[in-house]
Amino acid sequence: MNLLLMGNPNVGKSVVFSRLTGVHVISSNYPGTTVEFTKGYMHFDEKTIEVIDVPGVYTLEPVSKAEEVACEMLDADNVVINVVNATNLIRSLNLTLQLIKKKIPMIIALNLWDEAKHTGIQIDVEKLQQILGVPCIPICALTGEGFKGLVLKIKDAKPGAYEYEEHERLHEAGNITESVEKITHRHHKLSEQLRDATISPVRGSLIALIVLFYTFQIIRFIGEGLINHVFTPLFENLWTPLMLHVSSLFGGVGFIHDIFIGRLIDGKIDYNQSFGLLTTGMFIEFGVVLPYVFAFYIILSFLEDSGYLPRLAVLSDNIMHRLGMHGMSIIPMMLGLGCNVPASLSTRIMDTKRERFIASTLMAIAVPCMAQIAMVVGLLGKHGEAGLWIVFVTLFAVWIVLGVILNRVMSGESTEMFLEIPPYRFPYLPGLIKKVWMRIIWFIREGVPWIMVGIFIANILHTSGIIEVIAKFTQPVICGIFGLPVEAAGALLIGFLRKDVAVGMLAPLGLTLPQLIVSSVVLTMYFPCVATFSILLKELGIRDMLKATGIMIISSLLVGGMLNLILGQCGWMIR
Amino acid sequence: MEHTDTQSKPNVFTIVDMEPNQAGVIVEIRGGQKIASRLSTLGLVVGANIKKVSRHILQGPVVVETGRTQIAIGFGMAQKVLVFCTQGGE
Ligand SMILES: Nc1nc2c(ncn2[C@@H]2O[C@H](COP(=O)(O)OP(=O)(O)OP(=O)(O)O)[C@@H](O)[C@H]2O)c(=O)[nH]1
Ligand SMILES: [Mg+2]
Repeated sequence: MNLLLMGNPNVGKSVVFSRLTGVHVISSNYPGTTVEFTKGYMHFDEKTIEVIDVPGVYTLEPVSKAEEVACEMLDADNVVINVVNATNLIRSLNLTLQLIKKKIPMIIALNLWDEAKHTGIQIDVEKLQQILGVPCIPICALTGEGFKGLVLKIKDAKPGAYEYEEHERLHEAGNITESVEKITHRHHKLSEQLRDATISPVRGSLIALIVLFYTFQIIRFIGEGLINHVFTPLFENLWTPLMLHVSSLFGGVGFIHDIFIGRLIDGKIDYNQSFGLLTTGMFIEFGVVLPYVFAFYIILSFLEDSGYLPRLAVLSDNIMHRLGMHGMSIIPMMLGLGCNVPASLSTRIMDTKRERFIASTLMAIAVPCMAQIAMVVGLLGKHGEAGLWIVFVTLFAVWIVLGVILNRVMSGESTEMFLEIPPYRFPYLPGLIKKVWMRIIWFIREGVPWIMVGIFIANILHTSGIIEVIAKFTQPVICGIFGLPVEAAGALLIGFLRKDVAVGMLAPLGLTLPQLIVSSVVLTMYFPCVATFSILLKELGIRDMLKATGIMIISSLLVGGMLNLILGQCGWMIR
Repeated sequence: MEHTDTQSKPNVFTIVDMEPNQAGVIVEIRGGQKIASRLSTLGLVVGANIKKVSRHILQGPVVVETGRTQIAIGFGMAQKVLVFCTQGGE
């Protein structure tokens, strides 16, 4: 027997899942957080049963790819925990009634019970249970209230006993709701005002600009603060002396020494140039990238849990339409700024293949991940802000122009946005911390191996001399089109594996600011890292991925070449 | 109140043409079964009470309130929903 968690989007299924199984999955305050199913296990009745977290659906006729995933799960002989939103019973019951018609054994978890109480909604659970003929248990997934009862009731799961005509379903859901629900008072004025202001086109857009501005300021503040006050001192005072000691144990030279410690520069370790696994590798991951990734995920999680992101989606719908998508595609773009891998998966919330293709391609080409951003900020920041502005404004322009072009040349058109806007919620802090922690662990687990592989290969390329062969081959493009020295070939090659290491490889080359700008832009655009590539390949299929790859290569050649020309002419302005 | 809409009944407007804060009852959904069933998933069916929250700009989405939730509807979709307006407006 498997336990399936089914219900409308954003009713708390993922929180319930985490609580039942101890397996932590991402939950956020917008519909469409979960886009694939996750399995976990719980002990119950001396047995171990499989529990599955499923994407949310409004009906059993799927609209998006994520919903398809959910509906496909339903066929097997499973027991369903139907997670229901106690603050919006009628909408939830619409799905419940469909599940009942399918004769699937189930129990109902009335989640968000705390919020229902706050907003003055009372539900007669006993009566609801009688009407539907299945066990109903009120719970609060965040705090775990009611879970003991929920687990005990699993064995009482049974198919519902409510008969109705299909075309009367919504009507029936309304009738049932009316007969079990009592409303005493309405919500608070303040949150209502905030709600209306942030969604109105004019005021809302202004607020959005302010929010985004401060978002980036805060990320930079936290990231830089951590680097300057925590990680740099740690590396300087602790790690460097330790590594020097290790180096002397190895005798300061040799193949093994160079792999782990790298080349010593004047007898010292230089994190920019040494390129050993334990020196430059560790420094890139923990000394530069991690602080920014951490900062980003704190802010992102806050935006996710507060419920602001769907508002942003509504406000940006206008622009997104011109790029062949609708507003919800802001979600993969925002996630992509953290890491392109989960962002590629989240394109599943889009309705059509066309939209998924456009969203994935734009994200992979023009949205740099935080690992890369951190390295670019570190490398270009030394030359002042101008270079950074040029890099990010160029990428933004590419995103817009490419979107407009794709929207024009691809057949079909963008679908309409249709989105339930969740209420604002004050982020539940233990949940938020847990989520940031999860993402950091995930980043380290997925990131460290690739960084190490990248550095290792970079080393081999250099010591074996293969790099010179490659450099000769790629010279026409790298020197001719991009105006970079041939040595940059190594960075572009490693960029297939890992963007942060690739940017790190630019550091010892002594590039001019225009060259740094061109290489940062090209490194973002020409190809996603392998991890992203493999997900995109799975999501888009070989044919579309080939198309996307073609677009990446052509556009990076064009944009890199043009930037090189323009900066060659006007480069004096930023020097 | 001026509307470019050429409705036979004076009080029936598409969601797009409604004024912010105006409320009413959905009387017709055009554009076929597919759109109607999509709209019905969030409770927008003939007979449902809705209130318009915010106006669109440049053919952006419209936000309406129904029951206890707010829903954003793409411009094209919102044009297909006709509402008999009972009260409100500016
Ligand atoms: N106040 C309160 N908030 C809750 C409760 N359960 C979940 N939430 C919040 O509701 C939001 C949605 O939770 P998720 O677990 O992501 O919802 P989901 O059903 O998995 O959503 P999808 O994956 O999008 O279908 C999150 O912000 C949770 O913190 C609850 O019992 N009380
Ligand atoms: Mg979920």
